[in-house]
Amino acid sequence: MKKDQVPQDDENLLEGKFKVLKYAMDDEGKYIGVGSKGWEPENVALKQAWEVINEKVEEARQLVLQGKASPILYFMEKNLMDAKLLASHSGYFTWTVKRHLKPDVFKKLSEKRLENYARVFNISVQELITLKEKNEH
Amino acid sequence: MSIDFQHFQSAHCENGAVVNLLNHQGLKLSEPMVFGVGSGLFFAYLPFFKLNGIPVISYRSLPGWIFKCASKRLGIKFKTKMFFSENNAMDELDKCLDKGIPVGMLSSVFYLPYLPKAFRFHFNAHNIVVYGKEGNEYLVSDSVMETTTRIDRKDLIRARFAKGTSPPRGRMYYPVSMPDDIPWEKAIRHGIRRTAYELTSIPVPLFGLKGIHTFAKQVRKWPNKLSARKASQYAGNVIRMQEEIGTGGAGFRFVYAAFLQEVAPIIGEEWLTEKATELTSIGDRWRDMAYIAGRICKGRNDENESYDAMADIMVECAEREHALFTELSQKVKR
Repeated sequence: MKKDQVPQDDENLLEGKFKVLKYAMDDEGKYIGVGSKGWEPENVALKQAWEVINEKVEEARQLVLQGKASPILYFMEKNLMDAKLLASHSGYFTWTVKRHLKPDVFKKLSEKRLENYARVFNISVQELITLKEKNEH
Repeated sequence: MSIDFQHFQSAHCENGAVVNLLNHQGLKLSEPMVFGVGSGLFFAYLPFFKLNGIPVISYRSLPGWIFKCASKRLGIKFKTKMFFSENNAMDELDKCLDKGIPVGMLSSVFYLPYLPKAFRFHFNAHNIVVYGKEGNEYLVSDSVMETTTRIDRKDLIRARFAKGTSPPRGRMYYPVSMPDDIPWEKAIRHGIRRTAYELTSIPVPLFGLKGIHTFAKQVRKWPNKLSARKASQYAGNVIRMQEEIGTGGAGFRFVYAAFLQEVAPIIGEEWLTEKATELTSIGDRWRDMAYIAGRICKGRNDENESYDAMADIMVECAEREHALFTELSQKVKR
């Protein structure tokens, strides 16, 4: 790759925070570092990965709104976690976490456990128990 | 307090942390040098390990490998520590900063708020350097970024003690001793020979160039074996592993080519410059492959831009790299 071929396909995925360093050859064929704002195939792949995640989050949100799952499912998906990862963050067993995904069990959760989940998701207990109507990811 | 710290941007965080820490100790070296001496270039296809339902492929060696190999071969001793308690980990960090020592550490990308949101996945082996503290904030040199940044103490604790696959457990490191005379030539030759061995000679068809061939065979099967959506996700994953932040382009080929170019005069093997050019042209082919994968992801591919076309390029690259690295292992002597 020549230095003027380093792609600059900016789709604001980097939020203008920085350019990514790529290596390319200058006019004399010597390697130098060149900043890149993104490359279309990269952007496409990254957006695709987020689409998959956002779909899962939205699915979870619908399940919660329909009363088929507890809000923990929604926040778990939103934090890109599965039951196993959430279990290691919360300190519970995986099967315990899976039980907490059921709305009936969730209703009976102690304040202490709710606080623990809220801590893991970095939200307040109030936010945890009242799921917002809109998905803002 | 803050330490007078010079920040250099790198393509890859692990190289970058090593570069920045050593530079602070007065040892100037480039990112490609760390990457090459640390034998970072590799390929692994792990169909049994799935991440979000997609088999893992990697264009580099295991996290930590570059750091370990590079420091060992250059004769630099690092102090490495892991912690069970968050408080101990932070106290130890503060103590080092008080003494004026910048500290490298592992963190989870997901919990680093200063990074763009789109890049924040659960990846537990991101290397950053902390070089100072102001009130409740730590001063961070994250080598993927152009400039230094800051992080709140609470966030840093979360990032250092994230859970999941290979949790960082507060791991931190800093150089403690350095030889007066760095054995550059020996280290460079060692690094090249090791990479050549790993790419061409590991007798398991999942690693090195054999792994690329195995993977290419699988890529051909995707359109029949998987749903169109899933197959395009698999293709997207190839692009992400190969091109996203951290690889410097073409799955580290360009960084490695830069390394070969840089070391040619140092070890007196001028022909390596030609090899750097060859590797660059192979890297360009890898990018052609990623371009096709991108078209597939978008559903805009014409008939020449198929999974077979991707596999063909991979096979071509693997064969050309085989010739290149075989030559390296024969001609670069200890």
